[in-house]
Amino acid sequence: MPLYHTEDQAMLAETASQFIADEGAIAKQLRHLRDTECKDGFGTALWKQFAEMGFTGILVGEEDGGMGMGHVEAGIVLEEIGRNLTPSPFLTSAVVAATALGGASAELRGRYLPGLLSGDSVFAVAIDEGLKHRPERIACRAEKAGNGFRLSGNKDFVIHGASADMLVVAARTSGADDDREGITLFAVPRDAAGMSHDAVRLVDSSVATHTRFDGVELDGDAVIGEVDGGREVLNRMLMAGRVGAAAEGVGVARGAMDMTVDYLRQRKQFGKLIGEFQALQHRAAHLYSEVEIARAVVIKTQQLLDEGSEKADLMSSVAKAKVARAAGLSVREAVQMHGGIGMTDEYDVGLYMKRDRALQEFMGDAWYHAGRVAELSGY
Amino acid sequence: MSDLEAFRAETRAWLEANCPPEMREPVRDEEDVYWGGRNASFKSDAQKAWFEACLAKGYTVPAWPKEYGGAGLTPAEAKVLREEMTRINARSPLSSFGIWMLGPALLHFGTEGQKQRFLNEIARGEIRWCQGYSEPGSGSDLVSLQTFGEDRGDSWVVNGQKIWTSYADKADWIFCLVRTDKANKYQGITFMLFDMASEGVSTKPILLISGSSPFCETFFDDVKVPKSYGEDCPAQVGEINRGWDVAKYLLGHEREMISGAGGGDRTATIGAVLKRMVGEIDPVLRAELAMFDVDALAYTAMGEKFLDEIKVGKAHPAQPNMMKYAGTELNKRRHELMMAAGGSRALEWDSAETRGGQVARGWLRTKGNSIEGGTSEVMLNVISKRILDLPGA
Repeated sequence: MPLYHTEDQAMLAETASQFIADEGAIAKQLRHLRDTECKDGFGTALWKQFAEMGFTGILVGEEDGGMGMGHVEAGIVLEEIGRNLTPSPFLTSAVVAATALGGASAELRGRYLPGLLSGDSVFAVAIDEGLKHRPERIACRAEKAGNGFRLSGNKDFVIHGASADMLVVAARTSGADDDREGITLFAVPRDAAGMSHDAVRLVDSSVATHTRFDGVELDGDAVIGEVDGGREVLNRMLMAGRVGAAAEGVGVARGAMDMTVDYLRQRKQFGKLIGEFQALQHRAAHLYSEVEIARAVVIKTQQLLDEGSEKADLMSSVAKAKVARAAGLSVREAVQMHGGIGMTDEYDVGLYMKRDRALQEFMGDAWYHAGRVAELSGY
Repeated sequence: MSDLEAFRAETRAWLEANCPPEMREPVRDEEDVYWGGRNASFKSDAQKAWFEACLAKGYTVPAWPKEYGGAGLTPAEAKVLREEMTRINARSPLSSFGIWMLGPALLHFGTEGQKQRFLNEIARGEIRWCQGYSEPGSGSDLVSLQTFGEDRGDSWVVNGQKIWTSYADKADWIFCLVRTDKANKYQGITFMLFDMASEGVSTKPILLISGSSPFCETFFDDVKVPKSYGEDCPAQVGEINRGWDVAKYLLGHEREMISGAGGGDRTATIGAVLKRMVGEIDPVLRAELAMFDVDALAYTAMGEKFLDEIKVGKAHPAQPNMMKYAGTELNKRRHELMMAAGGSRALEWDSAETRGGQVARGWLRTKGNSIEGGTSEVMLNVISKRILDLPGA
């Protein structure tokens, strides 16, 4: 596969770019939701529109009524979400949870996917425990109880946890906290007794929860995939989440960079356009180079994931780490090169910095993923 | 089976039958590279056999048309051949500036007569070329070059000095930028081809900090260059006084080459290799190696994307500058880390264990990567002006 979009993908990109630039614009969505203190942290009307556009079904198989497309296509939508800082449950619901449901029974798929396809449902994923993403260690426990399970423990950084109609929860059904095996994934409905959420607003105005499971009773049919054998589906979710977050990060990086380059072309000081100063030109050119490389590794990884290549695991960590570094650079340079207005709330550039910060943590930061690259490479 | 899959199977079988095992070992030093030319000799029978097999098949220049000595492969077929050669670590059968640089310029700007003669000579490895661009006073500001060709009717008389001429002391012919109109800066340069054996040409190797001398100073003292080498075969590529267009086109190719786009050794990861070599790695250094490997793997994807886009005209025309900048800076970092991981062993300058100080010498050599073919600073200037459209100074 050549590393650029096919004609169909280019058409999708054009559609998504126009639609999200209009309907998902910063003033219309992010600022509005933030300033009206929306408790969900995203707009339900826009989510419905995403469904009407077919976006929510991109990663849902055709046999389940979805589009049966891949991570390249999902990434196209995510990059536009990133560029416009559009608050959306797309990444958690239509990418990570949809990937989990792809490995679920027909019964579970039939229960949850129609709501995703119609835009009536939102899903959350509960993986992290503690302050940092460390999915190798899962302590949240589900004990066998009758025909089902009883789930107890804590999950953190559950994006949209309080608004979600269903949470995909990674829990331990056997073994010790650090064991690779013994993981089971559960589809936990929102009204499950014993589940409580402590919702917190984050720096980027999104809403996440600390979620507590206090002996939540689950039927056996809430299990996604195999009991004790959930690691494989979990890994697929993690790969989808990393490359999805990376695609969104590319959008954030490019959005902030474009604003900055525009500003360099317009702002005058010392009787000159500041873009004439070589000190700024070289930094902008270096930034461009880093962002281009980040884009390249993202499309490469999306294709590997869609092909089912065994390199996708390593490359999903490379992509997440590379984008984290490039997007971090982009938002820092954006604020600095904008000078004083870069520090104001009125100007959008600071919003890019906030969103980037949250995306860095989601599904593991650059340090975590560089460490994974070293480990997978054997050193 | 698609045509391309059939081609892959055929290529794999051909390589299996024709690429000797010795030619699948990594290149260790300059001797392992076959450059061709009038004075060339093969280091081994295997090197000779591999070159001759490729020559017969048109695989010294696989993507060039058959009438010019190539195999006429499509871009997709050439990519398959490259992939299959990489798969078995096959060495390049013939390396030359003729293949990498003059050839592309001739294919784009040359007359039919020039293509027939010079491309075939290059493909057969008969003539080894060097490039005469930089001058002592014209490095980054190349267009200020002073080497002058005086018009004497049916010939030019060239006087001046070039510097950083790669392997000028080993080359047979030179493609050279010569000023032919002093009144016109950009449109007063001619892209000339002439024999290094001509009277008045002399070369002097430059000893580098790495201890090797891949570059020379080249002096022209009343060198007579005939304006024509026969029917439809002028001495200049492109029009007289329009050599800057050819030079700019070629600089794109050079930057691409130095950038290491298309993978290979320069862009490879290093963490695992160094761990095997030195055993324990300090945890803070390990973190730096891991970040390097992230960048190296991402850059490899960039190289692949760049080549894919070039083939269909999707790449920005100034993108080679970005590739050159990022690729050479990465390679310098790579060698800094290799030195750090290697410790005092890496400092050894002529020990057998380091095969004559390969680690230190290689490290020093890479410092030139971000200078030759346009400095990193010039690359950043070009990116900011031509890609980011920032206002001119």
